[in-house]
This record gives sequence, structure tokens and C-alpha cells, in this order.
Amino acid sequence: MPRRFPDTLRLGPRLLAATALVLLAGACSRAPKDERVRVVYWEKWTGEEMAAMKATVDAFNRSQDRIFVEFLSVSGIDRKTLLATAGGDPPDVAGVWVQNLAAWSDAGALEPLDPLIEASGRTVEEFMSRYEEAFTRICSYDGKIFGLPSTPASTALHWNKKLFREAGLDPERPPRTVDELYEFSKKLTKRDPATGRLVQIGFFPRDPGWWRWSFPLWFGGSLLDEAGNISLATDPNNLEAFRWVEQYSDLYGAEELNVFMSGFGQFGSPQYPFFAGKTAMVFQGVWLNAYMRQYAPGLDYGCAPWPIADPEIGHYTVIEADMLVIPRGAKHAKEAFEFIEYVNSANTAATSREELRGMELLCFLQEKNSPLREWSPWFAANHPHPFIDVFRELARLPYAGHVPLMGVWEEYSREVNVVEERVRLKQMPPERALALAHDRMEESWRRHRESVDRQRRAAVRRGERAAAESSALESPPTPTAALLP
Amino acid sequence: MTSRERRNLVTGLAFTSLWIVGFGVFLLYPVAASLFYSFCDYSVLQSPVWIGLENYERLAGDGVFWHSLRNTLFYAALAVPLGTIVSLSLALLLNVEVKGRAFFRTVFYLPSIVPVVATSMLWLWIFNGQYGVLNAVLRPVLDLVGASPPAWLSDPSWSKPALVLMSAWGVGNSMVIYLAGLQDVPKELYESASIDGASPWRRFWHITLPTISPVVYFNVIMSLIASLQVFTQVFVIAGGLAGQPNPLEGQPARSLLFYTLYLFSTAFYDLRMGYASAMAWILFVLIAVLTVTANRLAARSVHYAN
Repeated sequence: MPRRFPDTLRLGPRLLAATALVLLAGACSRAPKDERVRVVYWEKWTGEEMAAMKATVDAFNRSQDRIFVEFLSVSGIDRKTLLATAGGDPPDVAGVWVQNLAAWSDAGALEPLDPLIEASGRTVEEFMSRYEEAFTRICSYDGKIFGLPSTPASTALHWNKKLFREAGLDPERPPRTVDELYEFSKKLTKRDPATGRLVQIGFFPRDPGWWRWSFPLWFGGSLLDEAGNISLATDPNNLEAFRWVEQYSDLYGAEELNVFMSGFGQFGSPQYPFFAGKTAMVFQGVWLNAYMRQYAPGLDYGCAPWPIADPEIGHYTVIEADMLVIPRGAKHAKEAFEFIEYVNSANTAATSREELRGMELLCFLQEKNSPLREWSPWFAANHPHPFIDVFRELARLPYAGHVPLMGVWEEYSREVNVVEERVRLKQMPPERALALAHDRMEESWRRHRESVDRQRRAAVRRGERAAAESSALESPPTPTAALLP
Repeated sequence: MTSRERRNLVTGLAFTSLWIVGFGVFLLYPVAASLFYSFCDYSVLQSPVWIGLENYERLAGDGVFWHSLRNTLFYAALAVPLGTIVSLSLALLLNVEVKGRAFFRTVFYLPSIVPVVATSMLWLWIFNGQYGVLNAVLRPVLDLVGASPPAWLSDPSWSKPALVLMSAWGVGNSMVIYLAGLQDVPKELYESASIDGASPWRRFWHITLPTISPVVYFNVIMSLIASLQVFTQVFVIAGGLAGQPNPLEGQPARSLLFYTLYLFSTAFYDLRMGYASAMAWILFVLIAVLTVTANRLAARSVHYAN
């Protein structure tokens, strides 16, 4: 039976955080010398993404005279925001990862945005209906909105037209099914005639390794069933997905593939295998174009949806966005939301770069697709990404996959990645790897729900306001069951 | 207590107060709190809820916890003896009267002052399966017997041995301590042993080793503790491998999932601070038990001069 413990012990972390903050305050404060409310905004990006967001923040600060948003680029954003929130002195706005959303709201660390949206004079439905549907799904958890997008993206198959030509393939025709993807990969594979070692491959499921969790969804499988239970080993389509992974280890040879892969460079470098011409096809996000200009200028490529793995699902993409959230205990939640709302608005009548506003300004500078349904004609016509329409269409696919919003997602995604590793390295058959991960996640998921329940009951006993609002009898949240519409 | 003594006490305390406060706030309190949290359901973001021994019971049935512990013990079991042999051998060599001895001492100590992150990035390239220097050397040799070198860090069966090899790079500190110990060995003993016709090996075994045994004992304990807590190298390497975006998985295929790495991800990514605190205390007890055991063994074979 859980017990209450003395309140004095809870003071410790706060005292610690307070001491640290007092020490830092001197160095960091550069408050504007006017009456404006100062909203502190922590963001994780560096480089061009940061420059784009900074420009958007500046545009917001110029657009009105009541609020001043102070932009800080912070590394390790998730852990720092977490500790600052626990210490009771969080930033007013934080740009966190989408996978933080569910876990943090289970822990009561995020302010639901619903009341703020309603206070702005719109219903939540109206407000959220402005987005392509997949984007609304990643913002809501447990029936509430906990974050709004800031770096939206869809992902596509990118193919190297030059390598297609060399292999005798039609450079204008990407593979349309997973079978074609495999056939093309065979044709695009080159080995050193003397040593037999791989020098070029067509496609490789592991590259870049960010969406391994989405292979099951792409193949019509699921990570959670309709009742909200782990379905990793019980959904037969998931097995299909990892058999597909295994297929490529068999094609290239697991060990040889491992050696070839160890020569790959990091994503943001000219040695990235797609940039270096070592792989001819890759699933990548809308951001790839900007990186290519920097690291592989002139690379002749095309963009298309992920090839069809399951005829019922058809074309597929993964939708991603970082989340602008208001941590619990933020001092200027209302003003913070005004800023978030600005970033998530657009001037749909814009006729020049100067007239772009909010999301369109950000996405123009970041060279990404706006998650909003309506685009201003100027934004659509002058977008710097040559294939932006492909990404816009992808975001509209009925089967756009995204991370499931569940409190143990960090762990679940790691488990799925380990499944992929074990299968790719031919350490064990996919069935066994899936079963191992499934059992582990089932236990962990049960524990998590138990813990959320326990925390709520404890909070009610302490008589905490927020917890009292949601009934103690209410069961812990179940995530969006199917993850696919 | 006279007034003078009291004044001295107050002055002394005042001078040490910064340390006392720092020790209390940044060490004593967190340590005590972590013990308390280990009996709680605690996510950092919410108040801890007392759950008794539940965290410890769950750890007993957590396969990944045992896997990380096995990985760590495997690493320690190889890295500690290797480190001891390498650093002691180097110290013996550097204790020999040769020309440029100071130069060699500096050279062998140098790697120890390179930050671990930089060293790890360097070894990441040395061990690279395709372009690595190590394999460039090994390939022609192994070709003669029809074998090919492993992909080291990318290969789950070679990744831990690779880290062990890498650990030998940082033996400079223990080498210096050995060297200091070796200078304390009385020269007369060697002289009389030589006169009696003892071979260099017997002189090492019967004079050097017993005399420096307290130093060996100290170094072994320190490197054991360091090996069980190995984190930075693994974090950098597991995150720096091509196509391995998340170091917390201990890739490849969890072969580099060490104890502290699992603890870190449990605490700060999975938000199970209570569970992670329990892990930390188990590691503490483990290290304490190993140290006490070593102490018992040492009582028989470590000789102190006085």
C-alpha cells in the first residue's frame, strides 16, 4: 500500500534547483528594460533550424508590444526542461520532442492547452481542424492538447537518379511496392570485383534508423491493439515487417552489410551514405534537401511516398513534429500561449516573403512543409524545396504514421530498435526477437499504468488541486488505440 | 572548552563552511535522498510514493538489468587484469635506466590527459570496420590464414573486447602510481639478491611485487570501481557509430548496454527515478562487497613496510 511521506523531503530538489538558479540568474538575465512580459523559450535546435526559429521569434516580438520572447538554445532539452519543471522553475515555452508528450503529461508536467485555446475565442475542434489530420493526432493525448507543432515534417523515399541511370533503371520511376524496392536494390548493388566487398547498395532498412518503429505500421501492423495492449508479437503484420528487414540482410549478407555500414558517415556530413553515393535510395524527411545543398550540392534526386507494403494501406509516410509545450508551473502561461499561437498561425493572403507570418515564415526558412491545411499562394509557389508538393501530399495521406502517444514510448521504441538489430544481425529469427520485446513491453506497460494510477491516488490523498479535478476513480489514460486511422 | 578553543573551532568551521555546505547539499543530501527514492515510485516530476521493496523485487525479474550487469562484469573482468598488467609492465620498463627516460614517461602518460570524449571519438575511427587503422593492419595478416578482421564496435561479439582494448590506452595514471611505488623498493634488496644469483624474474617475483603490493592493491581496487561505473566511453561510442542514433540502446544489439547506461536511461528518459535509485544502490553494494572481499584477500598477500 503506498504511503505518504513527509513534505520536508520534497523540499530538497527545489532547494537545489533554486540554489543553482540563483547562481545562474546573474549570468543569464538580460530583461528588456520596458513593461513587456518576458516569456522564456527553450529550444533544442542549432544551425539553420535555430536561425529560422529565431527569426520567427523576432517577428513575433516585432508584431506586438506586450510580450517579449527570450529565445535560448538549450542542449539536452528534454532532461533540462524536466529538471527545471521538477524544481518548480521551468521555461514558459519549451520545444521538446513529440515522444516526450505522453510521458510528461502522464507525470503531470505539462499544461493542457485546451483552456488557453478556448480563451482565444475558438473551440479546440476549430483550432485543431486547421492542421492536416495526422498533425492533430500527435498533439492530443488523453483527450487534451498538450503541444503544438514547431518543426513539422513528412518523410519520403529519396532516390539518386544518377545511380538509377547507371544501373539501367528509369531515373524518373521510383519503386512503387516493397517488392520493387527489393528488385531495384538488387540491380543497384555493386561489389568490388576483386574482393567481393560491397561498394554500393540500393536500399537498406536501417538507414537512417529513426523510423524502425514505423515498419510495423507501414506493413499494416500495430504497436498497440484496439484495447490499448501491446501487440508487437501478436499482430502478424509486424512479423511481415521484420521479415522484410531480414530479407536485406540475406540479400547483402548480414556480416558484410555490418562492415559496409560501419563505413557510413553521420547524417550531417558529406560522408552520409546517400550523399556519398553508397546508397541509392533512402527514407528521409523534408529537411534532406537543405542538408544536400550543404553536403552534396547538385545531387540529382527525386522524392516519392514510401513504396506500398500493404495494399490496404497504400502509400505511406511518417509524420513528425517537435512540440511547443508549456511546462507545469510556467509563470506566463497565457503569454506563452500567445507566442505558440503566433507560431501556429499563418497569413494565408501573403504575397511576399515579408508578409509571411508564423508557421509559414518558420517553414519557409526551415524549408519544410507547413502542417496547416491552407497555404498562402506565395508560400506554395516560392517554397525553396523543389519537391514540397510531394511532402504536402504525403502529410495528407490517410495512413500517415506517427509515434504512438503512450507514456512508455521511449522504452518501447528502444525495444523495437533492438528487435531490428537482432534481426538485421541474424542473431535470432524475427518471431523470437518480437516475442522477447513483446513480453518486456507488456510488463513495462502494465507497470506504467499501475504507477500512473498510484500517483493519481496519492495526489488525491494529498488533496492536490489538479489531481482532484480528474477523478481518482478514472483509469489511467489509454493511448490512441490503433495509431492508424 | 576555553574561549580560545571555541574561537579556534568557530574559525575552523567558518573556513571549512563552504566545503561543509557543499558536501551536505551536493553529496550527503542526494545520497540520502536516492536511498529513500529507491523505495518509492518516483518520476522526478511528481512526489515520490512509498512502495517498499517493489523496485528491488522488479529488478530481480528484469532481464535487461541482468544483461547490463553481465556486460559490465564481463568488461571489468577483462579490463582490470589487462589494465594492471599493462600499467605495471610499462612502469617496470620506464623504471629502467635508459636514455630519454623522462621523454618516454611523458609519452606513455600523455593519453591519460586527453579527454575521454576525444579518446572515444579517436578509437571509434581506429576500430572502424571498413576504414579503421586497426583493420588496415590486421587485414593483410589475417588474409594469409584466410580470415578477415571483425567490424569491432559494430559487431556484438567484438564490441566489448574492443572497449577493453581501448581501456588499456588510459593506464597512464595507474602507471605513474606504480612508478612511484617502484622507486620505493630498497636497492639493497636487489643487490643482495643479485649476489645470491637470483634471476630478474625471481627478483621481480620475490622483491618487487611484495614490496609494491599495497600499490597493486590500491590500483586494482580503483580500476575495479572505475570499470563497474564505465559510462562516458560507451555513451560516446554507442552514439557515434554509423546508423546508431540512440546511445541508450547500447548498440549493437545491446552488447554495449552497461549498467550505468541502463541506469541513466531509466532515470532520465523512462522517468523511473525510484527504480534507477535502486539500481544505483545495488551497484554501491556490489562495489562495497567486492572491495571488502579484495580487502580480505589482500590481508594475506599485501605487505606494508611498517
